[in-house]
Amino acid sequence: MNAIDIHSNDELRDLYRELILDHARNPRHFRKLDNATHTAEGINPLCGDKLRLYVCLDEDSNITDASFEGSGCAISVASASLLTDMIIGLTIEQALDCFAAVTQRLTGQAIEQEQDIGVDLGKIKALDGVRDFPSRVKCATLAWHALNSAVRGQTTPVSTE
Amino acid sequence: MSQLQKNDAPAIAECRQDFPALHQDVNAHSIVYLDSAASAQQPTSVIEAVANYQGHDHANVHRGVHTLSHRATDAYEGARDRIQSFINAPSRNEIILTSGTTESINLVAQSFCRPRLKAGEKVLITHLEHHSNIVPWQLLCEQSGAKLVVVPINSSGEVDVDAFDQLLTDDVRMISVAHVSNALGTINPVSDIVNKAKSRGIPVMIDGAQAVPHMQVDVQALDCDFYAFSAHKMFGPTGTGVLFGREALLDAMPPYQGGGDMILEVSFDGTIYNELPYKFEAGTPNISGVIGFGAAVDYLQSVGLSHIAEHEEKLLAYMTRELEKIDGIRLIGTAARKASVQSFLVDDIHPHDLGTILDHQGVAIRTGHHCAMPVMDFFGVPGTARASLALYNNRDDVDRLVEAVGKARQIFA
Repeated sequence: MNAIDIHSNDELRDLYRELILDHARNPRHFRKLDNATHTAEGINPLCGDKLRLYVCLDEDSNITDASFEGSGCAISVASASLLTDMIIGLTIEQALDCFAAVTQRLTGQAIEQEQDIGVDLGKIKALDGVRDFPSRVKCATLAWHALNSAVRGQTTPVSTE
Repeated sequence: MSQLQKNDAPAIAECRQDFPALHQDVNAHSIVYLDSAASAQQPTSVIEAVANYQGHDHANVHRGVHTLSHRATDAYEGARDRIQSFINAPSRNEIILTSGTTESINLVAQSFCRPRLKAGEKVLITHLEHHSNIVPWQLLCEQSGAKLVVVPINSSGEVDVDAFDQLLTDDVRMISVAHVSNALGTINPVSDIVNKAKSRGIPVMIDGAQAVPHMQVDVQALDCDFYAFSAHKMFGPTGTGVLFGREALLDAMPPYQGGGDMILEVSFDGTIYNELPYKFEAGTPNISGVIGFGAAVDYLQSVGLSHIAEHEEKLLAYMTRELEKIDGIRLIGTAARKASVQSFLVDDIHPHDLGTILDHQGVAIRTGHHCAMPVMDFFGVPGTARASLALYNNRDDVDRLVEAVGKARQIFA
């Protein structure tokens, strides 16, 4: 019984790593961006996660600022926080490459042969624990889908359902 | 343990053996199922009734002259008789078999209310309704120009009776209320509501989905006009449920859907509708589901609703007491009269995170808005964790819940 408990706690600890809990408790760039050029809402009806992502692009399609607001579970908030940390300074193309890489990684499709996208996923890898929790993948990818929707100029909220 | 045996009547404690799904490990822990308000597990007798029909008696109902069709029809109509007796309906013609509570409510909104409702008139519901008792009325109001009036609730999650009295004006044409709230567990004063409505001649529909597994329901004693519930909340299969309606009202209503089985004679000049209850049962019904429904009624009656209610009342009190002892807990839904359900939040842990951590310890609860977003808005929360009890739960289940919540607090500490 003890062995089982330790095993199962390991999986949970892998999901709720310190970095994730830190970003969930103290989300970075957690505010409305008044000068945003692009914005989109992400909704996960299953658990009620509701985030709005803001992106500010310059004339050369560089992401000069990004932020988000809303409410959600620890995984979706931490993921949004990590996203905003990561994409500031990237070009749109690089950010969309990240979107593809992150969603593939979290759905377990491309862990072994990680594509060379010229951007280090770095801290995003702390979300790897969700791969053992299929029902939580949607939480982890919500902000990324919102990013994709925002920079592609979609106006209707993106839903993970 | 000795206390468990003292508090759980032997007959009830043994019921757990009847449910095969409760005898398995989930994530390397024996399962603790506290999500019966979403869907209850099925006893062997229900599973076997469905399998027996599918394996031996399957044919279409009300049609063939052959033996299997007779058997299927007898089993299907036998279930209707048992459901009639279960809720003490005066006539089997008043038992309309539907796909579930949701369809039953939509049927009443469209077939009973829509032809008689005028723009500006009102439909009354309460703030604690499930979406299935909100959206059909919103659709009806959009179609008719009628107004949806919502009776407020108080901070305990009880319907504000004074407000109800004030809102019960002469232009109200329909009232629809939950018997028991799925998100909060509140037992609404449905008898009082019906009595007040009757004095003004206003018809009342009761959404009984969360009531029938927990208490004896007698539609004649309630004196309501319509009563709806689903099989899968009361240990039967999904995809089937009931609308009880007064025969005089059902008789006067147009059919809800057209198709086979609901007609006596069809020609291109016109169609003569079938008699009750078949007028409202277009198309081949969910025969196996209804047969399982009948077996679920038998099961509930064999255990006895009074025993079940007594057991669950004690267990809910125990669960509430034990949850209250947890530091950082916030109970949502603290009505004086409740059944089966306790919603809660712990610290600032999002319910979805709590649900994942509990599931990892074999404890199944519901997390989220429980299809009652207005209730969540009222309490200012995005969702809750909800533990719901059924006759097969016991104190061990509650202890495992409390222990699992403790682990979640450790992870988020």
